Amino acid sequence: MEICNDERLLLRRSRKGDKESFEKIVKTYMKRAYSIALGFVGNHEDALDLSQEAFIRAYRNINKYDTERNFFPWFYQILKNLCFNYAKKRKERSFSSVARGESNHIYNTVDENCDPSLIMERDELKDSLWKAINQLDDKHREIIVLRHFQELSYNEIAGVLACNKGTVMSRLYYARRELKDTLNHELGR
Amino acid sequence: MKCDHMKNLMMAFLDDEISGEEKTLFINHMRQCDVCAAEFEEFKKLKEVTDSMKLVEPEEKVWREYWSGIYNRIERSSGWILFSIGVIILLCYAGYKAVESLIADPDLDMFVKIAIFALIGGFSILLVSALRERLFFWKKDRYRYVRR
Repeated sequence: MEICNDERLLLRRSRKGDKESFEKIVKTYMKRAYSIALGFVGNHEDALDLSQEAFIRAYRNINKYDTERNFFPWFYQILKNLCFNYAKKRKERSFSSVARGESNHIYNTVDENCDPSLIMERDELKDSLWKAINQLDDKHREIIVLRHFQELSYNEIAGVLACNKGTVMSRLYYARRELKDTLNHELGR
Repeated sequence: MKCDHMKNLMMAFLDDEISGEEKTLFINHMRQCDVCAAEFEEFKKLKEVTDSMKLVEPEEKVWREYWSGIYNRIERSSGWILFSIGVIILLCYAGYKAVESLIADPDLDMFVKIAIFALIGGFSILLVSALRERLFFWKKDRYRYVRR
């Protein structure tokens, strides 16, 4: 991921206290930050609050940030730590309390099949899948969120996680395998 | 090629992140290995389900107000810091004036005055020591950025 000069300039200005420049940075990344947080914590209010808090912390620590490097990987670490610490403090996965009805507010199902019984069966499968995602450990849930919900390429994921492409593929394999096993367990197979 | 080496290629093939040469290698292995082929089919079904799920985007109003939410919180935290500094200064001043009037009171016994000095002195030393320890160890803590 190459950092563009505009962003570098905005970040340098933000370091000098220019809030308008930081506002532009926020508007560039707010949707991505929100959807990552939503993937980690599972509800809109918390995702909104945590993503905003991550930007606030980034602003307060902007002087520690190297403007020659990409902003998003650095910001992502702040966001990820906030989300995972929040989930731990709650002592239970925030998803586990999501009932079938509630979970439909978090994700949409893209299903062109009009048969109601098939749609219901599909929805039940997706609810089980969502519950299974929530039961994954942090590392596996992270890679699933980045790949499936953020639709990042392997190179982009590697950039965000500061690892190589091989590690991304390996982590994805084990995350999907754990997800598959957990889902089968959820479905009672 | 061994099955262990296939797991990365399996992911790359599933996500269409595979080169032509690797694709050929993978397809050839699938033809020869039933175990990997079965596992691949399971992953493919899983991916179909996950691909059909999209996180719901909030309404436009949320994005319009997103920055103002951040700005207000930054502003308020500056306000709280100034407020706290003001309170501390006023409390210290009030404390100083109270102690000054107590010390100047001729009816107050000497041992009470000594006790007041000892109380203030001891508290100040404890406060400075605790702050210094916090600051010193925080700066030297190699693991302060490690998520616990």
